[in-house]
Amino acid sequence: MLNKIISSRFDVPGNHTLATYAANGGYSSLPKVFAMKPDEVTEEVKKSGLRGRGGAGFPTGMKWSFVPKNIDKPRYLCVNADEGEPGTFKDRLILEFDPHALVEGIIVCCYAVGIHTAFIYIRGEYDAQIARLSAAVKEAYHAGYLGKNVKGSNGFALDVVVHRGAGAYICGEETGLIESLEGKKGQPRPKPPFPAVVGVFGCPTVVNNVETLSALPWIINNGADAYAAIGTEKSKGTMLFSISGMVERPGVYESEFGVNLWEFIERSTGGIKGGKKLKAVIPGGSSSAILTADEARNVKLDYESIAAAGSMVGSGAIMVLDEDTSVVKALEVVLRFYAHESCGQCPPCREGTYWLYEIVHRIREGKGRPEDIDLMLSICPDMSGRTVCVLADSAAGPTASYIKKFRHEFEAYIQRANAPERQLHPGGVNLESRAL
Amino acid sequence: MSHTQHALVSTGKPFAFDAARETEFQDLLTKYPSKRAIVLPALWLAQEQEGYLTVESMEYVAQRLEQSAVSVFAVVEFYTMFKTEPVGKHQIQLCRTLSCTMRGCEDLQGTIERKLGIGPGEKTPDGKFSFELVECLGACGNAPVMRMNNRFWNDLTVEKLERIIDACRDGRDPVSEDFSR
Ligand SMILES: Cc1cc2nc3c(=O)[nH]c(=O)nc-3n(C[C@H](O)[C@H](O)[C@H](O)COP(=O)(O)O)c2cc1C
Ligand code: SF4
Ligand code: FES
Repeated sequence: MLNKIISSRFDVPGNHTLATYAANGGYSSLPKVFAMKPDEVTEEVKKSGLRGRGGAGFPTGMKWSFVPKNIDKPRYLCVNADEGEPGTFKDRLILEFDPHALVEGIIVCCYAVGIHTAFIYIRGEYDAQIARLSAAVKEAYHAGYLGKNVKGSNGFALDVVVHRGAGAYICGEETGLIESLEGKKGQPRPKPPFPAVVGVFGCPTVVNNVETLSALPWIINNGADAYAAIGTEKSKGTMLFSISGMVERPGVYESEFGVNLWEFIERSTGGIKGGKKLKAVIPGGSSSAILTADEARNVKLDYESIAAAGSMVGSGAIMVLDEDTSVVKALEVVLRFYAHESCGQCPPCREGTYWLYEIVHRIREGKGRPEDIDLMLSICPDMSGRTVCVLADSAAGPTASYIKKFRHEFEAYIQRANAPERQLHPGGVNLESRAL
Repeated sequence: MSHTQHALVSTGKPFAFDAARETEFQDLLTKYPSKRAIVLPALWLAQEQEGYLTVESMEYVAQRLEQSAVSVFAVVEFYTMFKTEPVGKHQIQLCRTLSCTMRGCEDLQGTIERKLGIGPGEKTPDGKFSFELVECLGACGNAPVMRMNNRFWNDLTVEKLERIIDACRDGRDPVSEDFSR
């Protein structure tokens, strides 16, 4: 495929070792980086148009430039390797097949921002990936790419610590991650202050996703202009897309931005499994609004086009629903996730995710009431923009989209529930238990 | 937030890191700017040593890091991977999130319940198997997946899962698939 940047070495056998990585051009961005002034590196990254691949799509160079310059405190990098957004499994592949690209990207970022300690917060379930990453970090220390005087840097010191999470989706949210790294419950902090100003251990902190950092060596080696020449006006370069669900060959596929969404899915995965028809696409993780088959066929895969279609690119987790998949069931599973993962500190989130799940659960079970659909829709706005982090929005936004676009499916479940023979059937609908 | 009930188990025996883990702990002390930040890594060491977190091991971690025991208990309770009760010798974690549901994890749950006679959150009486449903394991490209004792099994079918369970029962090693391809 054209334009493989992040995944270009995934198929090179043994690429997770330093020897093979270096033999294939690994660590070659460092002499260029150390020949530049730190601010010039940040400018180059700004110019490339690189945006964060963790979900929010924030411009990376701009984020770095928010870190205060003249401050008498250490600065930190937190690498977000928590990868918890349902449907997302692309950082896993970087950690498996190209861990040194991440280490190299970390060195680039830390040099640009004047950071001497980076923590890689990696999700606890990534056992084999933790082992590969730890081995890569160890190799990098041995070879002098990390430590008191990074090879070729003339005195730049950098330590990297691999920190294992312990199973909580909310620790992927940047301030939840910071709290967790400090040894606390991973409950997000109100913003401002933003991590760039007050982050981990009370110090200025950059939080960047694994894939974001792994793009940096290519940008330095090939130049910001080369990167910016790929993609669209507002979506520069390439991104890894995790495609899962009812397709023939699920997997991680890299693409430049601006391609047709459905054509990309079909070309990469071989289309819907078993020759079935497409029903819907969730384009950016379970936090993103659902697209109908028609929408998916007519939208371009880039930040601005997907946003115009009412959804988001998010973490690039594309989930494909075929004609046999129940949208009601899909929403039930998604809401069960958010109800389980809400950290509980904001009432609209804690209560809202709980009730949305309870209601969709009873609809799916065949115990729904006709007014349940509008009840769910009325709960959603109360969850938006009123909480410490956007997890509540991540549950409410998709809910409204599933219901608005597939209302007939919800109605069909409810009509069946209220059909006369069901109501008479013993063990069928229990009217008492329906009271909210 | 973990909603499981945490019953705390006291063994009545004092806890201390073994020699290898003490070395790792000393190494941790040099890596973090605060003692509190070492709570999670130290809990991992304790859990690896004992298989789960006993009251004594949590108190030990608190004391070594100059934290209150209560604050360490609260942290443990928040994270689903910390266990305060003994888990099965084979700790089955089956993913229940969207991509795995679309590709049949509910059938697999049925297989486990039928073959082992236990439901989610339960352990077989002989202590050989425990079973949990977990949220997205970040391996949706190989859905449905499960994780068991730090290893992964991909693209599961009922037959494949039955073979894995049989192997565990007979003391054979069911070859895992820890990498995506
Ligand atoms: C509930 C929630 C969960 C998140 N989980 C992750 C995650 O697992 N990995 C990640 O990189 N970003 C995650 N994010 C986004 C981070 O907050 C943050 O934007 C990102 O790590 C910044 O890095 P980037 O600019 O390189 O994308 C999550 C955000 C929210 C609100
Ligand atoms: S919105 Fe939800 S997850 Fe986010 S801080 Fe509030 S309660 Fe926690
Ligand atoms: S949904 Fe099961 S691994 Fe992601």
